[in-house]
Amino acid sequence: MIICANKMEYPLRSQCQRVQKQVMVNTEKERASLLYMHALVSVDAVSHHMASHPQYLESFLRSQHYILHMDGPLPLPCRHYIAIMAAAQHHCSYLVSLHSTHFLRVGGDPVWLQGLEAAPPRLRLLDHINKVLAHQPWLTACSHIQTLLKTGEQCWSLAELVQAVVLLAHCHSLCSFVFGSGADGVCDLAPLPKSPNGTPPAYSPFDAANGNANVPDITRRRSLDSSCEMFLKERIHKSQEEREKRLLHTHTLQQTELEEEEETDVYLAEPSRFISDPDFRYQEFARREEDHFQVFRVQDYSWEDHGFSLVNRLYSDIGHLLDDRFRSVASLPSSHSPDLKRAIWNYIHCVLGIRYDDYDYGEVNQRLERDTKLYIKAVACFPDDTKAPVCPLPWASLKPSERIHVNLLIMEARLQAELLYALRAITQYMIA
Amino acid sequence: MEKMARVTTALGSGNSGSGAISGRTMFCHLDAPANAISVCRDASQVVVAGRNIFKIYGLEEEQFVEKLNLRVGRKPSLNFSCADVMWHQMEENLLATAATNGAVVTWNLGKPSRNKQDQLFTEHKRTVNKVCFHPSEVYMLLSGSQDGYMKCFDLRKKESVSTFSGQSESVRDVQFSIKEYFTFAASFENGNVQLWDIRRPDRYERMFTAHNGPVFCCDWHPDDRGWLATGGRDKMVKVWDMNTNRAKEIHCVQTIASVARVKWRPEKRWHLATCSMMVDHNIYVWDVRRPFIPFATFEEHKDVTTGIVWRHQHDPYFLLSGSKDSTLYQHMFKDASRPVDKANPEGLCFGLLGDLAFAAKESLINSDVNRKPYPGDRRIFFFKKPEQTEQFAHVSSVLSVFETSLESGRMDWFAKTARLYLLSGKPFAELCDHNAKVAKELNRPQVSTTWTMVRIMFSDPANPNHNLSNKLGTLPLINSFSMKEMGAGLCPDSRLDRSKSEGRTDAIHLEPGNSHISNNDENEETEGSDGQAEYMFGDAELDDDDLYSVEHDNPAEEHEYTLPQEAFPLRHEILDNPSAPEHLQQDKADSPHVSGNEAEATCLTPIESCSLISTSQPLYTPHLPASFFCPVVREMLCYYAEQGDVQMAVSVLIVLGERIRKEIDDLTQEHWYTSYIDLLQRFQLWNVSNEVIKLSTCSAITGLNQTSTTLHINCSNCKRPMSNKGWICDRCHQCASVCAVCHHVVKGLFVWCQGCSHGGHLEHMMNWLKSSPHCPAGCGHLCEYT
Repeated sequence: MIICANKMEYPLRSQCQRVQKQVMVNTEKERASLLYMHALVSVDAVSHHMASHPQYLESFLRSQHYILHMDGPLPLPCRHYIAIMAAAQHHCSYLVSLHSTHFLRVGGDPVWLQGLEAAPPRLRLLDHINKVLAHQPWLTACSHIQTLLKTGEQCWSLAELVQAVVLLAHCHSLCSFVFGSGADGVCDLAPLPKSPNGTPPAYSPFDAANGNANVPDITRRRSLDSSCEMFLKERIHKSQEEREKRLLHTHTLQQTELEEEEETDVYLAEPSRFISDPDFRYQEFARREEDHFQVFRVQDYSWEDHGFSLVNRLYSDIGHLLDDRFRSVASLPSSHSPDLKRAIWNYIHCVLGIRYDDYDYGEVNQRLERDTKLYIKAVACFPDDTKAPVCPLPWASLKPSERIHVNLLIMEARLQAELLYALRAITQYMIA
Repeated sequence: MEKMARVTTALGSGNSGSGAISGRTMFCHLDAPANAISVCRDASQVVVAGRNIFKIYGLEEEQFVEKLNLRVGRKPSLNFSCADVMWHQMEENLLATAATNGAVVTWNLGKPSRNKQDQLFTEHKRTVNKVCFHPSEVYMLLSGSQDGYMKCFDLRKKESVSTFSGQSESVRDVQFSIKEYFTFAASFENGNVQLWDIRRPDRYERMFTAHNGPVFCCDWHPDDRGWLATGGRDKMVKVWDMNTNRAKEIHCVQTIASVARVKWRPEKRWHLATCSMMVDHNIYVWDVRRPFIPFATFEEHKDVTTGIVWRHQHDPYFLLSGSKDSTLYQHMFKDASRPVDKANPEGLCFGLLGDLAFAAKESLINSDVNRKPYPGDRRIFFFKKPEQTEQFAHVSSVLSVFETSLESGRMDWFAKTARLYLLSGKPFAELCDHNAKVAKELNRPQVSTTWTMVRIMFSDPANPNHNLSNKLGTLPLINSFSMKEMGAGLCPDSRLDRSKSEGRTDAIHLEPGNSHISNNDENEETEGSDGQAEYMFGDAELDDDDLYSVEHDNPAEEHEYTLPQEAFPLRHEILDNPSAPEHLQQDKADSPHVSGNEAEATCLTPIESCSLISTSQPLYTPHLPASFFCPVVREMLCYYAEQGDVQMAVSVLIVLGERIRKEIDDLTQEHWYTSYIDLLQRFQLWNVSNEVIKLSTCSAITGLNQTSTTLHINCSNCKRPMSNKGWICDRCHQCASVCAVCHHVVKGLFVWCQGCSHGGHLEHMMNWLKSSPHCPAGCGHLCEYT
């Protein structure tokens, strides 16, 4: 067989072309990344704040996009509705209104937004596990899963449930991040003002891009499967457009029901509509420990060994995406020592009832001051705008990116904790 | 024919060194989930360790008997919470456990006190995942931990003698090599496996990536030196041959869940047992040569199996297992279920060219008396030689191949069509005509007619296409159409439409005949500008990233399409109007190109509808846009795709390009493309498949061509990779690619023999090998030029 290396023929010309190509590629990349930013960041302003950690932002956006928009057993409106339910648990009006908008865009029934009672019973069934996961995840039990999967008219399939659980955990932890960012004064995520056609006001991604030189980096790292990424971006962009189009369409249809529409708008920003039991809050895990609640031992059920395999099996590829998030948050460059990061991580898991056999919890007290612990606990366990604001992170001298780093750690630790509880319950269900 | 497994019990076989072993499948309840188990050397006792259990059971004929509870004290510390346990294979009384809190503990059963704890090493910072005694050295213990370190302990000392840093993530397993005294293997959470020499703690001897994701376990083959089995979260078991320079994967078994443990079966060279970390509770015994079906399975456990161990190192018939369901089992091999017995040894497959192959058990086919010999029936008999040892049930099967004689079943047309179709490079109408002709010649009138209709629906009546069709003169439909030259009255109407766009097409309409003639006259000129244009687009192609590369053929087509404009001196100023910008800002519904198109179709429809389309003529006003046809065409494409003729769907899609693309959603398009490309590749029509990939507008498809496009070359002198782009190697400062014939640097087409890797200028090599069969470099290799 013969192989010909064709390009060697005109060295000079090809060099010129290479240079030219380089230029093209650069502008192209930049354009693409802006597109990327535009497509996603405008969807949620949260990403602005993560933009100071581009490596992390990339994996975050990937997983979020996958959960909300890509292949999965749940229909799109349902996903956003579940996200609304999850965000409402923490009274996060920002996320609630964001997802309400999305819910309408993907063709959800506006009536559902009047409150939980208006939602189909199947989604209402999810309320219990939502509430438990949000506030006292250690209560998650096999029986909850059983109730949901019990055959009947309103039953869930295992695959749907796993997606719902991932979605819930994702949104709960995102509430923590939103709250943390707000409390820190890094940003102010007020509920979105409603523009007449229901789209959120355009958050210019360009400001973020200009403000932070790191941003274009997000595409650089993945040159390996850049084509895939391009594809993803294009998809995102296209689906955006499509949704806009559809939205316009529905609006023309619904012009007659304009009044009703306005009414729903009022509901949009009212998270309490989606909560059934507002008194169910976080309680100290330590106090309950003496009762019958077993401590969750990571050595017996860990993300790497057990959680990953289960979630990836029932909702393909999500395991890798989440794994990527946990890894990238762990490997974020930071001025903190790895010990401090571990202390934060383990402390969050500890207040949620998860223990590491191989960790000396005395270290938490050594590494974290009391104020810091208070902050972490508040953000992780009761991120609620409506309650009294917590004291900001005492590390006032920290750069914003460092503070965001802490918030990211809290978010991911919480996400993993909720996933572990939920997945363990599902595993127990499967064995039983 | 059911075949019983020929399994002999240990009693009957009287196997080496363990004549006393006997027993039956049995189990006992443990108080708590087990994490690991281990047996003592004489196979009479087993230790079970877990978070809340640490006990020794005696293995008796009929049952397990609890011998000793090592978990003592009122509130046992975390040192008792074991992740792993190992019983020393030389010293009866010695056990080691890996604690979840990071401690490594040894236990001496000979101690008189209740607490048998001997030594405690607390050097690891994280959970210790694995402990391993040296197979022949009494005092040497190795541990691997979550913190990424491996430590070697001398049990006569209070602390570790050496620490090995894997420089990567957590260590999941460590195993001393059985045959090589100093070697051990370690597997890591990031998918790597490292080989270490126990004497050299500074650096591993070898490292390779074994799995995608954590490698949970590894096991050295007891007999074959240098075979290592690894199991990972990616649900695979791989067998590596470490004897070669680079670890070579020699077997791979795909399981259905992540692999938690793997153990070679004693005395059976090809067998290994696995259990899974999650979801799947069974234990499988695999013959690595038959990786698709487990040789045997044990299905007793109700929760995941956490520890498996062969009871005796020379007895393949007893397997012990502990599980999270708090049971300890002894499995007899004769009681294992054999999935192969339940499997249907029948297979059915369609060949590429419509042949059908069918394999079934011999007995089944022979017993079928009514079966008549089929003329096209070639029978091939396969016999698997039964081996003396227990083996997969021996099945002899008959393979029948049925050749199809039906025209419908044949796929010849597919390959021919694929090869002959033109998808780009000519004006739209010409492409359609060409393809129609191809289809007609292959006796596919419907497809042919479809092409013609597509042309008529979408093309410009006064464009060169009709001269072309005259020239070709093959398709009566077109002829009939061109005879019905449109009424002049239609033209002004269509012009209204187009007045906003450039005037070129107007001109054509005004003087159809003129355009015809001038086109013919101006052939040379046309060609000249054509070349120029292509050069331009060629450039664009090189400059673009994949975003734009899809477009570059359409501009070419577009250009040709607009060629006639050059025939009109008055319209001179639009001569240079390149179509590229127009295309870059694609998607503009009101681009001149499209509107022109609409107008063209407008002129055309009424005439055509009389002959081809059955709908009533008056419906079509002269202003009917081309987009009017889109739904019909879309339906047509879907119809063809549904019928299995995805070739047609894709070809029309490509030829119509922008005209129809918007009508069909991306996923469907992508689906069609992938199916067609898949088919093409099966027929080894690489060129066509590549063309289709190139012409597709789905970025997912065009992306196919963008992967693994790098060619790494080594310097021919120093054999090391060339890093820079020139012809001179950085390292040895020699010209790297020298022609073996003329000894000059090759700066163009370099051709080399893949046998001896010598080569040179294409022409030189060609000439040389015409006269001599040997390599010009004098290496003695018999090169071949094909």
